Amino acid sequence: MEILIYGLINSVNLALIALGFALVYGISRLPNFAHGALYVVSGFITWTFLRRLELNYLLSIVLALVIVGIVGALIYRFVLIRVRGMAISEIIASYAIGLAILEGFRWCGFKGLTYTLPVFVPGSVLIFGIPVDYHRMLVVGIGAAIVAFLWFFTHYTRIGLALRGMAQDERAALMLGIDSDLMAVVAMAFGSALAGLAAVLLLPLGNIVVEAGYNILVLAISVCIVGGLGSWMGAVLAAFLIGFAQILTVVYLGAHYQMVVALLAIILTLIVRPSGLFGRQKELEERV
Amino acid sequence: MSGTPILQVKEVTKAFGGIVALNRVSFEVNEGEIMGIIGPNGSGKTTLINCITGFIKMSSGKVLFKGRDISNKPAHKIADMGLTRTFQIMRPYYSLPAYKNLVIPLFSPRARRTGGWRGGGKLGDRDTVGIDILEEIGFERDSFVPYKMASSLPTGYLKRLELARCLALKPEIILCDEVFSGLSMSEIASMVPLIERLQMDGITLVMVEHRLRELFRVANRVMVMNFGEKLMEGTAEEVMTSEKVKEAYFGSEEVEEVMTYA
Amino acid sequence: MGTEQEQRRKERLDRGIKVRSDGLYALMSWRELSYLTVPRMVLIVGFLILPLIMPSMYWERVISIVCIYALLAISFDFMAHFLGLVSLGGAFFIGVGGYISAVLNHSLGLPPLVSIAVSTIVGALICTLVLLPCLPLRGVYFAIVTLMYPLFLARLIEALNILGGTDGIMGLDSFPGRWIEQYFMILMVLGFLFGMRRLVNTDLGLVLRAVKDNDQAVRASGMSITFYKAIAVFIASAMGCLGGACLVHIYMWAGISLFALDFSILPIAATVIGGSGTLVGPLLGCLILVPISELLRAFGTLRIVFYSLILVGFIVLRSEGLMVYGQRKYHQFERWVRV
Repeated sequence: MEILIYGLINSVNLALIALGFALVYGISRLPNFAHGALYVVSGFITWTFLRRLELNYLLSIVLALVIVGIVGALIYRFVLIRVRGMAISEIIASYAIGLAILEGFRWCGFKGLTYTLPVFVPGSVLIFGIPVDYHRMLVVGIGAAIVAFLWFFTHYTRIGLALRGMAQDERAALMLGIDSDLMAVVAMAFGSALAGLAAVLLLPLGNIVVEAGYNILVLAISVCIVGGLGSWMGAVLAAFLIGFAQILTVVYLGAHYQMVVALLAIILTLIVRPSGLFGRQKELEERV
Repeated sequence: MSGTPILQVKEVTKAFGGIVALNRVSFEVNEGEIMGIIGPNGSGKTTLINCITGFIKMSSGKVLFKGRDISNKPAHKIADMGLTRTFQIMRPYYSLPAYKNLVIPLFSPRARRTGGWRGGGKLGDRDTVGIDILEEIGFERDSFVPYKMASSLPTGYLKRLELARCLALKPEIILCDEVFSGLSMSEIASMVPLIERLQMDGITLVMVEHRLRELFRVANRVMVMNFGEKLMEGTAEEVMTSEKVKEAYFGSEEVEEVMTYA
Repeated sequence: MGTEQEQRRKERLDRGIKVRSDGLYALMSWRELSYLTVPRMVLIVGFLILPLIMPSMYWERVISIVCIYALLAISFDFMAHFLGLVSLGGAFFIGVGGYISAVLNHSLGLPPLVSIAVSTIVGALICTLVLLPCLPLRGVYFAIVTLMYPLFLARLIEALNILGGTDGIMGLDSFPGRWIEQYFMILMVLGFLFGMRRLVNTDLGLVLRAVKDNDQAVRASGMSITFYKAIAVFIASAMGCLGGACLVHIYMWAGISLFALDFSILPIAATVIGGSGTLVGPLLGCLILVPISELLRAFGTLRIVFYSLILVGFIVLRSEGLMVYGQRKYHQFERWVRV
């Protein structure tokens, strides 16, 4: 029972972390290696608004999300757009940006254990004899809501449909009058805001540390690779797979193995089935 | 024509997901003959070549080459046995000059054993052998053409380069995927004798083609495919007069043209 | 007229001496001979006297570090531009080579030079075997998997608490002397540099480039692409492992920081800055970047910010790199001509 509940919570966390990455890759085929950095950035921005400027918690969260979205869009508009289509340059450039942001924060003195965000709702409740924080339950609820929202957004709104069209065939979308550059900027802004949302939801459960940026990136990549790069629903399913696998190893082997599981998942998936467990067949053919 | 089968294809089936691209296709190719394979677009001709040469895995069926089972063997092993292919979309090494393009197949184990097309079991200097092969296949030795970058060669030469790459391995059989397509009439006119010369040199040829007129001139036998299935097989005349084939190509001007031509 | 301005284009012409000194004719005059050899001699002699002119022990150490990064950068450049596999896992090679050498030296008591030699070969074998299943992967996928390997090994060592765990293996033997250390490193770098330059121009090198260009045609030519990729990965990882093995003996310590991302990102930055596809460029890039990064050491992590930004700048502006630029200026003269 314990495994079930914590596995569920962990899985939703992973899904939240990975959604932004999956969204950006799915739409513009851009592996956004600055994902982890954007996550940490939004944590620090929220903290700054909340503690330094002493704004309302909700307001500072909204502001942080908007700012991170803009930052992501700017990164795309001024840097990544110039290396569109060159997969390796995209990886290196976005990774270097992420590295610069994270290490920049570290240099500015954002390190140590002093940076925390308060939980939304304090207290906890017993479910089948297991204590669960209200906050974690809230996270699960919001996570489910976001997945549902994304589904509706991409199936029933104009922008969402345009994004989906682009994800399927960029050239065809261009011919239909969809501005693919603009859409890619929108996607990047969305993805960044999602990373930020994951941050403000998950960071109250711990400290805001720069190192988290790297771990978040690895987790996001592992979920997306296992789910199949470019497939959002695959990513959500893969999040559950990895989420439960992690909890199982933590229970039976020890906390150190949490990252080992994620990394092993990436390596094994890429070796055995690079298109991911739920990826499209087409990408499998990309292997020699 | 000795009449012994060199390549036997038995009930080869390939399905991509739910789409059946090849449905139990069987045929035999005799040593020294030229066999043509024709069919409308999307009838599975290129898929068939890919399956035989090991470039994609077939779902079921069997391919025998000189009596040995080569089904689903790695592509390089099949090529190493002497069963080579050209690509419909030409795949030269664009960043290399034409003669250096041949250095690469000449580096392969088979070329080292056999010494290239004309080699008697011993491989000379790769650059020289490469230029020799290019000359035989129609690159003028004293011109700049063999030294030109592959990226700046016209289609006619690239098609020849594709053939030359196979010849460097001293092949026993070449599966040609549309060597005539995209060529001008004069280029085809010079390609046909080349094909005939290859046959005289004892190389078996399987030619997938859309240019029916030229194909019917060189091919000893023709197989017709449609919707991933073998429609019929026979001599050029039999195929031309067949009702079934007319049906498959119904409305296709090219067939009409060929019919009247014949 | 405004359009007049646009109708000019830059024309690049080979210098006469380059045309004349192609091939054997270079032996005919001293001028032509020196045109070819001087740039190489400057590099070799410059490197050989480098240890003699260094002001302090600290900067002598920097030379060795430059050499280690140079090995990694050359191996990255080789894999990326002559084989078409972009490896983000420089740290993986360093870590494997380093740990093997550390174990050999610490547990078996082998002298450093022996353990370095053994770990180069064994490490390269291990790296090649581990990467073997990933070789069919392309582009992004290969890059991601190589990025994950070093992280994975680091976490594994941490979790299993083997090989000294988070503390690492301490008390390794250092090189017999600082001169030996520096000249060993320098000779290795120069040897590998010129060896690789020769390799990529042999027929084997041609085949590797063909694998990058067009792997299907190579398969159709009866050659196993996995085999040739494995050979190239073996060579590249041998360089990385050699670097790692030397590193642990220089610092007399092996720990999980061997898998740090520095070893993955800096060689790439050096390659991009120095000029990719030239093999000399990465060396040049390391000569520039590593000392700068040492100078900035006082600023802590700011140096990572600094070279990340340089990297982004060079990539975004699609710079050709210093070396390509220099070669062009050396071999050709440019002028504006009216069309």
